[in-house]
Amino acid sequence: MRYLDQQAIEYIAVGAAFLGTGGGGDPYIGKLMALSAIEKNGPVKLYSVDEIEDEDFFIPSAMMGAPSVLVEKFPKGDEFVKVFQKLAKYLGREKISGTFPMEAGGVNSMIPIVVAAQLNLPLIDCDGMGRAFPELQMVTFNLDGISAAPIAITDEKGNIGIFETIDNKWTERLARTATVEMGASALVSLYSTTGAQIKKSGVHHIVTLSEQIGEIISAKNRDAKDKLEQLLSLTSGYELFQGKITDVIRETKGGFNFGKMNLEGIEMSKDEQMKVYFQNENLLAEKNGQVVAMTPDLICLVDYETLLPVTTESLKYGKRVRVIGLPAHPKWRTEMGIKTVGPRYFGYDYDYAPIEKLISKAVASHV
Amino acid sequence: MYRIGIDVGGTNTDAIILDEHNQLIHSVKSPTTLDIKTGIVTSLRKVLQEAKVDKTKITHAMLGTTQCTNAIVERKKLAKVGVIRLGFPATASVPPYTAWPQDMVEQLTGNYALVQGGYEYDGQVLGEIDEQEINDLLEKWRDKVETIAVIGVFSSIKNDQELKVRDLIWEAYGENYTVSCSSLIGSVGLIERENATILNSALCHVIEATTTGFANALEAEGIKDVEVYLCQNDGTLMSIEYAKQFPIFTIACGPTNSIRGASYLANIKDTMVIDVGGTTSDIGVLQDGFPRESSVAVEIGDIRTNFRMPDIISVGLGGGSIVRVEGGKITVGPDSVGYKIGEEALVFGGNTMTATDIAVRLGLADVGDKSLVSHIDEGFAKQVQSVISSIIANAIDKMKTSSGDVQIVLVGGGNVIIPAEIPGVADIVKVENGGVANAIGASISQISGQYEQIYIYSRQPREESLKDAEEKAVKQAVIAGAEPTTIKLVEVEEIPLAYHPENATRLRVKVVGKMS
Repeated sequence: MRYLDQQAIEYIAVGAAFLGTGGGGDPYIGKLMALSAIEKNGPVKLYSVDEIEDEDFFIPSAMMGAPSVLVEKFPKGDEFVKVFQKLAKYLGREKISGTFPMEAGGVNSMIPIVVAAQLNLPLIDCDGMGRAFPELQMVTFNLDGISAAPIAITDEKGNIGIFETIDNKWTERLARTATVEMGASALVSLYSTTGAQIKKSGVHHIVTLSEQIGEIISAKNRDAKDKLEQLLSLTSGYELFQGKITDVIRETKGGFNFGKMNLEGIEMSKDEQMKVYFQNENLLAEKNGQVVAMTPDLICLVDYETLLPVTTESLKYGKRVRVIGLPAHPKWRTEMGIKTVGPRYFGYDYDYAPIEKLISKAVASHV
Repeated sequence: MYRIGIDVGGTNTDAIILDEHNQLIHSVKSPTTLDIKTGIVTSLRKVLQEAKVDKTKITHAMLGTTQCTNAIVERKKLAKVGVIRLGFPATASVPPYTAWPQDMVEQLTGNYALVQGGYEYDGQVLGEIDEQEINDLLEKWRDKVETIAVIGVFSSIKNDQELKVRDLIWEAYGENYTVSCSSLIGSVGLIERENATILNSALCHVIEATTTGFANALEAEGIKDVEVYLCQNDGTLMSIEYAKQFPIFTIACGPTNSIRGASYLANIKDTMVIDVGGTTSDIGVLQDGFPRESSVAVEIGDIRTNFRMPDIISVGLGGGSIVRVEGGKITVGPDSVGYKIGEEALVFGGNTMTATDIAVRLGLADVGDKSLVSHIDEGFAKQVQSVISSIIANAIDKMKTSSGDVQIVLVGGGNVIIPAEIPGVADIVKVENGGVANAIGASISQISGQYEQIYIYSRQPREESLKDAEEKAVKQAVIAGAEPTTIKLVEVEEIPLAYHPENATRLRVKVVGKMS
């Protein structure tokens, strides 16, 4: 057990936005909420997964909806606690032993910190993705057959809904509709789990990893190259490309941002091209027409010089970035994982291949 | 018919007179003074005395000034602001002034209220405003605050609540009371827009003193019945009345004026401009004669805002940049001898090797005594020049949006240090009278209007939405003093919203017209 203070929160916000692979929202507003919650209630306890009891009960907390709405209409502050307690009551659980994030992302890494601070509950060092994904069933708990329902959903007005659903895709459908009606931004509690389930099905150590990544990126007076080396060795990542965004094409379909960006190589990647496809999160990267990384592996864009994460919404012509690829958590690389979040689920006509293989293939063809 | 343009820079206050064909009649420089005002008066008096034009034929006077920026950075002369945020209970988790520097909050007194109101992302009502609640608050704040900032959730979609609150304030405090409505200042992003609106409010005394001071200075010089304008940071002008409502838009007008003036002098509307000063070089991109807008949140005086700012980068390279050799590696800048170049540079008998000394050694410039740099090895000088070239090339590359070579327009007192060959640059245009490009930029500015809203294209087709936004932007431009027949559309930005089932798009348009 250790405490998360203001500095830790600053780092986690940056690191989680990096792991958010372009999605998960702008960390700024999430960070402000978390900082004002700990200022009021004191630092939050962080438990590692080994420190929790198998039979204890935990409920994650998350925000659902459009990051672009959140920057304008953010929560009142007590909804997190309301929705969390409502679900606990509905489940007939008197004792909830902690909360944890659903995904790594600028906003959803911060919401559970707010809940933990307000309820004086520990935060557990795990999540259900190890990155960000756009839909509720895209969670490692789902792969192991854990139900997202019952789900409690609320807005800042005080409306609360509970859904019991037949499967996790239905949870996504119904919660998505409610979210839009609630003003495109809602708070949810779902995937309630036991300690044993967290140990088996969660992505462990993610809060600490986010914090470490954030600390490296935020280090002042250090060379970008230096910081990057450390970042890649921490995450087993690859620097895929150095480039400048020359075009961004966006299209909104079924409540999501689809799009594609073209990058033109600079420095290390001079005279090369890259295309990155995204649906809120970055999902596929092609270098000179060859796929070099694909979902569920992580494709992270960072500012060329500061290494600060670049969200999909802030993509802009002329921005100089580095494209970094990280291997996904092994749970995503299983047959069920690929079926749930692989390239074909998102409509890309590719069989999944791990980034390590794609890289060594690219290197081989280069020689 | 003449126009006077004045630009207050960090070092000099420039004044120029142009005729009706925008031909430069005369220009002067005088040092910028601590109070700014004295420098303006001095330059104005000097340019009028030296140019000897008929004062009755002066029709327009434009001022580009840093007073508002300075007030924020130095935390001086700021007003006591009351902040009213419409949206409660939403947004209460992050109250106004969160993450502000404490000294700034103290200056502004930190008064705020979260009240009912606001809209949803699709324009539905989030909460109705409660007039009684507002009136009670105004009673409580009477004599406690000097100006009020009103910020509504999603007011960029619908701002009638903000305007209604403004009316209530005027009813309570009188119509001369200054009220800043966020929908007229910033874009989507409540905290950043709120911060910009608060700063705008805080500047109400500063802008009053600035505009009155300028008008008085003109009158004291016998210039009467002129149209007086202030420069905005997007390369357009605002009338005195408009400036009093939106002082924050004067921030960063200097670099904008400079790159616009340069493009005007070079007669090129789409280009990249490099303004080389003594310590830094500013690089900006002009599209159809206007600076590209920055897309990132901008910090002013350590406060995060999102109102429009020109996309201009600054690199630590100028005429006074110090040249060093450290461990066999040549560096140029980022530190500079600055305004002491006349004493410290080698060519002026000093002891510090500067970028200007290298230019003189290579015969690119003829200032000072060139015999004082003849001892510098030519090969070494060329190496220094290639370091300068790569600093500039790198900065230019950051501003480019395509890989092709660009044309650059070069201005500013330090421009002699820039080599003729730079990677990624097709050709370099040097302009005459480049030294007063900023004052010229101030004088040739036009008048703009801008409008931003989230439209749902499945309910209001794109063409119709664009037309609606353009009409609203034109209205803004006319209020700011543009001649309606000359107004044209210069910019359209569309950003689709994530997770929205219909085609919701944030649309922003900008129009520009000539002064009426």
